[in-house]
Amino acid sequence: LLFGWSVLPPRQRLFGSNLPDAPENAVVLNGYVAIAPNDTVTVFVPKAEMGQGVHTAIAMLLAEELDCAWSQVHVEHSPVDRIYANLTVARDAVPLHPDDDAQLLSAVGWFSDKIMREVGVMITGGSTSVRDLWDPVRDAGAMARATLVQTAAARWDVSPDSCSVLDGVITSGNRSMRFGELVQGVAELTPARRYSRKSPEAYRLIGRATPRLESAAKSDGSATFGIDVRVDNMLYAAIAMAPVFGGSVRSLNASAVKVLPGVAAVVPVRALNGSPHGVAVVASGWHTAQQCLAKLELVWDDGPNVSLSSDAIRQQLLAQAATPGGRSFRNTGSVSDALAAASTSLSVMYDVPYLAHTTMEPPNCTVRVNADGADVWVGSQVPTQARSAVASILGLDEARVTVHVQLLGGGFGRRLDIDFIAQAAQIARAVPGRAVQLIWSRADDVQHDFYRPACAVAIAGALDDSGNVLAIRASSASQSIVGAYGARNGMAAAKFDVHKATVEGMFDQPYAIPSFAVSHHVVELPVPIGYWRSVGHSHQAFFLESFIDELAHAAGQDPMALRRQLLAHHPRALRVLELVAERSQWGTEPSVARDGARVARGVALHRSFGSIVAQVADVSLSPARDVRVHRVTCVVDCGLAINPDGVAQQMESGIVYGLSAALYGEITIANGRVTQRNYDTYKALRLQESPVVETHIVPSLDAPAGVGEIGLPPIAPAVANALFTLTGERLRQLPLRMSAASEVR
Amino acid sequence: MSEGQVTFSVNARAVSPEVAPDTPLLWVLREQLGLTGTKFGCGAAQCGACTVLVNGEPRRSCVTPVSAVTAQSVMTIEGAQSGEDAPVAKALYEAWVAYGVPQCGYCQSGMLMAALALLKSNATPDDAELDQAFSGHICRCGSYQRLRAAVHSAADALRAADGVTNSGAAVGPR
Repeated sequence: LLFGWSVLPPRQRLFGSNLPDAPENAVVLNGYVAIAPNDTVTVFVPKAEMGQGVHTAIAMLLAEELDCAWSQVHVEHSPVDRIYANLTVARDAVPLHPDDDAQLLSAVGWFSDKIMREVGVMITGGSTSVRDLWDPVRDAGAMARATLVQTAAARWDVSPDSCSVLDGVITSGNRSMRFGELVQGVAELTPARRYSRKSPEAYRLIGRATPRLESAAKSDGSATFGIDVRVDNMLYAAIAMAPVFGGSVRSLNASAVKVLPGVAAVVPVRALNGSPHGVAVVASGWHTAQQCLAKLELVWDDGPNVSLSSDAIRQQLLAQAATPGGRSFRNTGSVSDALAAASTSLSVMYDVPYLAHTTMEPPNCTVRVNADGADVWVGSQVPTQARSAVASILGLDEARVTVHVQLLGGGFGRRLDIDFIAQAAQIARAVPGRAVQLIWSRADDVQHDFYRPACAVAIAGALDDSGNVLAIRASSASQSIVGAYGARNGMAAAKFDVHKATVEGMFDQPYAIPSFAVSHHVVELPVPIGYWRSVGHSHQAFFLESFIDELAHAAGQDPMALRRQLLAHHPRALRVLELVAERSQWGTEPSVARDGARVARGVALHRSFGSIVAQVADVSLSPARDVRVHRVTCVVDCGLAINPDGVAQQMESGIVYGLSAALYGEITIANGRVTQRNYDTYKALRLQESPVVETHIVPSLDAPAGVGEIGLPPIAPAVANALFTLTGERLRQLPLRMSAASEVR
Repeated sequence: MSEGQVTFSVNARAVSPEVAPDTPLLWVLREQLGLTGTKFGCGAAQCGACTVLVNGEPRRSCVTPVSAVTAQSVMTIEGAQSGEDAPVAKALYEAWVAYGVPQCGYCQSGMLMAALALLKSNATPDDAELDQAFSGHICRCGSYQRLRAAVHSAADALRAADGVTNSGAAVGPR
């Protein structure tokens, strides 16, 4: 049976079990596009727009092949269907080296694509959106174009080959017709059987800087995020959650609150999909609901984790990382021999803390439960999982749950989780027929996130007499992201934990290191952890790129020169490095800061999500020893850049998000609970601290690679490396804090 | 606190919602008046997402009890382009789109209201004045450098419209 399935042609991705609902009078041509008599081209995008510009990029792919005018394009969220399944996330999870194991990776990828088509999970994440839709959306555009041409040709009784298309107008000889005229009064069109994609020389849209489609709505207040959903007669809910990880409700006084003005219900909320136990108040307004939480006289049972602290966790991770063993992700050459024989060797430890996402839009979800089903309005990166969870909680068929995906006020991985959606479903069940909008406070968000795991590494390196790198051995320790996510979301396969999520960024880099061993220890801890922008790369890049810098200084080499040497065999990475050296004016003395402080430069290069990014950071210290990043030169090779302006925006975004973490980001735990509560204690970069970012995109016709996360990993090590040049102090812990003794040299 | 009528003006329209007087203005705008452009970010005046203008001055609506704006004039993002400051608001809107400032866009209403207040009081802000004006605002997507360029550009456009020489923004539109 398995054999039979495996030789079947792969499931197609253009026509789902139902076509998307057509906008008024429009004709739906396939699962990605509809055309209306007024010439509007509606593109159905199955990916969540959370700031990464994906709606614009995907619409560009379709419009390119359709040959419509960009001004005709309008985007809507696609419905939920198996044809929109994300295949690329599974491909990306395979723990193989992208260069050395390229052939095996391609074979495994073919098989995983087939499986993912059947599984049918819609996910926006892992910087996969453009990669995942690159083929199907261009096919959808090309097929739609061919369908329109075939129809026009039949009406005119000419050969389709005689027709050309430009800006939504089909022409043959002296006849021409707009797309809109063609679909006037038509219910459906027979899809063209034959169609072909353009070759890159013919691109008119792809590769051109294109303004984001929803910029106007996001600049006049009219854009609708999940929290802005308004349904007739709706109610609002606030929630109190067990403050200690693993805690539960011991007692409460619901009866006193139920009778207060405006209160509709008090609802116990069970721990589902990773959420803590809690109690919600449903009221006519959110402020009333929130105020009533304090009147519940809640007493918590703190459970077994009441003595948990991040200080103790840090010591545990450092000790575990320094212990031999763990799962091996790479082992080439003979690391032990090289370390023993080396003329210079270096052995150090690095570590990073837990981090919160703090999307600007706090977690929220609106649910209405009716006699015949349920509606869910939410900004989510995983609409299929949201639907399954809500259906399961309410005891409904999935087909009776409709998920209306809204704009996301930031994702960064937080909205890959459905904890708050599972809560909203439980709460709405208590007030049938009425929509309830659950909104978390910022303190709820900071204290009940799925955090980027704390991680420690023991890393050692060996150099020969001439300063060549002979070996690196890295042994890291952290909780397992995939294991935790799978466990809370009922994914049995996740427990095998062959995923690379916590080790990516260490074993898979382009450097030629003769002997290289990478291993990772999974540590079980009760802290909720999850996917945070760039995932394993967010910490492994800091470890490896700081350590490469240490090796360069130990070898008496310029850090750029040592990297050049390690990348001599890798033209693509070398080109990125050479360009960042040139554009940052590496090797010249930077001008002093406005207050006369010395400025130093640091470099880092990193490959993630199929792209390579190098950054040079210009850094100084304020008189109070605050780290100031003035300028970041960023060079990116992300394959073909669909929308260069979108790529530049994402580099700026990754750098600012990464700098917030590098300079301030730290979630600490004391007595089993998170210490931070809001932006005063969990700081984010502000305008006055943000650097000037100069992005240079390497021209490329390779298939597009990831963009949304790749700007982040190099920034922390680039800044740390600059600080070493500036002060001689090597910071091996994030966030970067200068010691009281450090002086600019 | 029991509910009562609080009368004030929003975007030049008189309103008298029935509401407990200690309710933050933010929730009155969003829930009672249907003006969802003003956003909830932190509830503690730390992020600036809820910024509106009260009598022309930027105010964090998440910590402003609605009773405090009794008989006052409130302007939100929805009314900015049609209110008394329409030329400035329009110049900012156009610059925001031209420079591609928004990413997720959630913080931008607050940013735009802060920019509007700044340009009303200072037609030629320098970078240090921008830093000061936006020091209470957070954008997690990192729209900062485009925001800076867009405010300068809007200021230039307004001065050009007034017949004053255009000094040129630091970075051109993309």
